[in-house]
Amino acid sequence: MGETLAGNVIYRNVYEFVQDLLGEEWSWVAYAAAGMAIILLVTNAVMLIGTLYTWFERRLLGRFQGRLGPNRAGPFGVLQPIADAIKLISKEDIIALGADRIVFTLAPVVMLAPTLLVLAVIPFGAGSWVADLNVAVLYIAAVSGISTIAVMMAGYASPNSFSLFGSMRAVAMLVSYEVPLVMALLGVTVLAQSMSLVSIVEAQALPFLLVTPLGALIFLAAVSAELNRAPFDVTEAESELVAGYMTEYSGMKYGVFMLAEFTNTVVAGAIFAVLFLQGWKWPILPSHVWFLLKVAGFVFVAIWVRATLPRYRLDQILAVAWKYLFPLSLINVLLLAAEVIVWPEPGAAELGIMSAINWAVTIPAAVLWSKVVSLRTAPPVAAAFSTEGR
Amino acid sequence: MAFDNLFSEIVFWALAVVTIGSAALVVHLRSIFRAALMLVVSFLGIAGIFAMVNAEFLAVVQVLVYGGGIAVLVIFAVMMTRDVDTGNRSTAVQPVALMMGIALLGALAYSIVQAEWALLPDSLPGPIATVFVETPTQLGRLLLSDYVLAFEVAGVLLLAAVIGALSLVRERHDA
Repeated sequence: MGETLAGNVIYRNVYEFVQDLLGEEWSWVAYAAAGMAIILLVTNAVMLIGTLYTWFERRLLGRFQGRLGPNRAGPFGVLQPIADAIKLISKEDIIALGADRIVFTLAPVVMLAPTLLVLAVIPFGAGSWVADLNVAVLYIAAVSGISTIAVMMAGYASPNSFSLFGSMRAVAMLVSYEVPLVMALLGVTVLAQSMSLVSIVEAQALPFLLVTPLGALIFLAAVSAELNRAPFDVTEAESELVAGYMTEYSGMKYGVFMLAEFTNTVVAGAIFAVLFLQGWKWPILPSHVWFLLKVAGFVFVAIWVRATLPRYRLDQILAVAWKYLFPLSLINVLLLAAEVIVWPEPGAAELGIMSAINWAVTIPAAVLWSKVVSLRTAPPVAAAFSTEGR
Repeated sequence: MAFDNLFSEIVFWALAVVTIGSAALVVHLRSIFRAALMLVVSFLGIAGIFAMVNAEFLAVVQVLVYGGGIAVLVIFAVMMTRDVDTGNRSTAVQPVALMMGIALLGALAYSIVQAEWALLPDSLPGPIATVFVETPTQLGRLLLSDYVLAFEVAGVLLLAAVIGALSLVRERHDA
């Protein structure tokens, strides 16, 4: 029996049931069956939350824009995602003439896979994680990189220029924002002196949001770009590119793309909660409830940003990544490394001092650098990815 | 996880078939784009085998570097290539390439079979056992102490490559 999950009630019951059924020498079947039960539980729960999140986002956007949002299906329109799913399933499944059928069909699956793989390492509550990898932070960066390939597959397999343009834009953006994202993760790793998410949560005597505000800011910006969320949603800029790499998709294939996108936002919220908000910790309420509330807080901020900010141009997006976020993330890592050398085993008091220094650096650095970097001029890169005048 | 039960056997053979099968398809497929995608599958299969032999760090880096970075680079290169869907026509070099390939495969297979693999005992002494648990820490310590020169040289080399690439593609505004 695996050590990490032996304490889990469902895991133990499935394991013992199968082992009683088949006997001692078939324990590996029990191991596999119990593991599958946990995987089924975690993926379905998270996808269900991802679906519910679509309702939350639409209602909240409605509120921000002074309208109602979906409110017909069920109480407060909560059953709207189910109605949407039924509609998507019953739609005709179209594969455009001239498409690479196999690659076209596989792209949504490849898009969803990294989202579900990341779930393996996330601690959802005290003692509730599938695996406590000692390279978990790196694992998240590695696995989420696979979605880039899915975007390329979708864009390339569709016989449509808008799809190809959308996917080229998306890849340029995803690859650029991976750098500040990984640097922000590196800052947290330096501070916690571990890449295991469980150790990172335990290292947070103070929430890292307070200790390393610059890292949290860079992570927020970079992760919104990785998620194709406003203000970085050029890949599906409706006014320019129809729907980007998803243009040719319909029915449930489109549904799976959407599911991946919404579940991604929830998973990103979970990663943010673990890295910067002490994960499942905080008093009084049960740990799982706190975790869900923190994820909901992240999601709320993400929707708020989407409702507030207009979309960047592609060249501006790349400029923000390379000229603004990347230098700031270097400052962040250097600062944290120096502080960890001075205080090798930071407790709450040392983290407090670090927090004071970091805030004193973050605010001037972020403000001054935003004055230095200009987004007004359009460099030649813009022409290569722009659809205007073609 | 050691090779001690049927489950590990099944996982190993599944990974081996996927890795070698997709590698064979890379050579066999007509469409270069699909061949590039099969190459990614092959990389991921190798990462799975790394994970099976307790090298989690290596597995994750394999996915990060090959599954993410190299794969995107290869696919971008494919998109810039002519005749993507038909592939190359056969040339006179093919028999030579085939012979070279078989010779390389033979040399590799021979050295793998002939090598005396040092097997670790079941119970490891303390310091060695921690290496398997804290691979990233140990690797980081080694890279920044004993092998710091090689590490720095690699960094300078990459920086030079980046600057070189930038100066090649830079647009001249005076022209």
